[in-house]
Amino acid sequence: MKKTILILLLYFLNFSSAYSIAPDVFVQSTVNRASQILSKNISKEEKINELKSIASETVDIRGVGFYSLGSARKVLNDKQKEQFFVLFEKYFLKSFSSRLAEYTNPKIEVYGKKILNENYTIVNSLLVSTSERPEIKIDWRIYTKNPDNPLIRDLIIEGLSLARTQKEEFSSILNSNDGNINALFKVLEDFSNR
Amino acid sequence: MLKKLAIVIISTFLFSCSANAGSDGDLKLKKESQTKEVKDCFEKLNRATFAFNQGLDKAVIKPLAESYRDLPDPIQRGTSNAVKNLSTLITIPNNILQGDVKTALINTGRLVVNTTVGLLGTIDVANKMGFPKYVKEDYGQTLGAWGIGPGCYVVLPVLGPSTLRDTAGSFVNVMGGDPWYNASVHGNNEFLSEGLYITSKAIGGIDFRADNIESFENLEKNSIDFYASVRSLYTQDRENKIKNNQRGNIEVLYNDEEDWQEVENK
Repeated sequence: MKKTILILLLYFLNFSSAYSIAPDVFVQSTVNRASQILSKNISKEEKINELKSIASETVDIRGVGFYSLGSARKVLNDKQKEQFFVLFEKYFLKSFSSRLAEYTNPKIEVYGKKILNENYTIVNSLLVSTSERPEIKIDWRIYTKNPDNPLIRDLIIEGLSLARTQKEEFSSILNSNDGNINALFKVLEDFSNR
Repeated sequence: MLKKLAIVIISTFLFSCSANAGSDGDLKLKKESQTKEVKDCFEKLNRATFAFNQGLDKAVIKPLAESYRDLPDPIQRGTSNAVKNLSTLITIPNNILQGDVKTALINTGRLVVNTTVGLLGTIDVANKMGFPKYVKEDYGQTLGAWGIGPGCYVVLPVLGPSTLRDTAGSFVNVMGGDPWYNASVHGNNEFLSEGLYITSKAIGGIDFRADNIESFENLEKNSIDFYASVRSLYTQDRENKIKNNQRGNIEVLYNDEEDWQEVENK
């Protein structure tokens, strides 16, 4: 009986781990997909649209949005939160994809990872140098709470966190407007529409 | 002497402002280590200076940087190497002040090799010989390494983002901390002059701007508050440099860990 339980337990563990995706494999596969798009002979707008689709699948946009709000996230009501996420998703996808679309034919190599805790793993990668630009280090903060579905929460380019920069931008807008969340909503909306 | 006195008075004033700064425009950059935080005490003035700098950049600096990029590659590379070589004169004393004598010796070797065999630093021979990667240090970083906080964030006319600590660190250069400045301005030498010193600094600025034309454009285009983005990137970069973190080092990421842990996605 003991043996049967042990076998069942081992089988279950193997089975569940077979479906979890290692964060470094996830990043490499994501950057390969993005690189393919950026290398395609299509217009910049088409590239941006395809990158948006990848970002929607692989980035935890709600998580990034929550983080970017900083302490303001604690004072929003449910209706305001939903309004924020609708605006934030549009803003984020436009901003993120436009930044990436500037790179042509990028080659990114994943070379390491470090598990911070059960929720986060940092994956290290390198944007290989070309004649026009030096080598660039890019680290990825991967949210691993659900190991079957890892998601990107931050990109740290040469030690500079995009999420932290975004959080400080939001904080600056809120500070300049006496903490009025509607001012931030308007800025996000204007950005998405421009 | 009067010039030095003025600099000391300004530095003291800036530091005392930092100690008495109000809480307007607080920018708390570290949740866990609350000992040091960068405050934007002069935000209105900073934003005005930032706007002025942007105007100057569009009218003068960026066009110069674009023209510089049209120069043949060997000239650009040679100029960039020479500017970097001059910066080792500031890096070496700072290596020592931070207690890193080994790196100071390595950088002294680099300076000697590049200035002689490398034709006044235009060729980075030391790099080809396998010297370790060069990392710049300055007096602001040394003050930070000694435990002095950044003080308020400031935007300097023409020179751009800084903090009170880093500004005071820059003053050390003209108070005898930069051998290149001493030799050019006080060297009583027919080949060197104050004009040459200022020109070398201006070329360094244009070389940096030329390297970052696309990055700045991209950042400006995709920012909802460009001023706040630049402030954030500057302060993050200085934190990394003061801690001598390798770029992308894991320690940088722990600064904000508490905030990340709070974030759910539902």
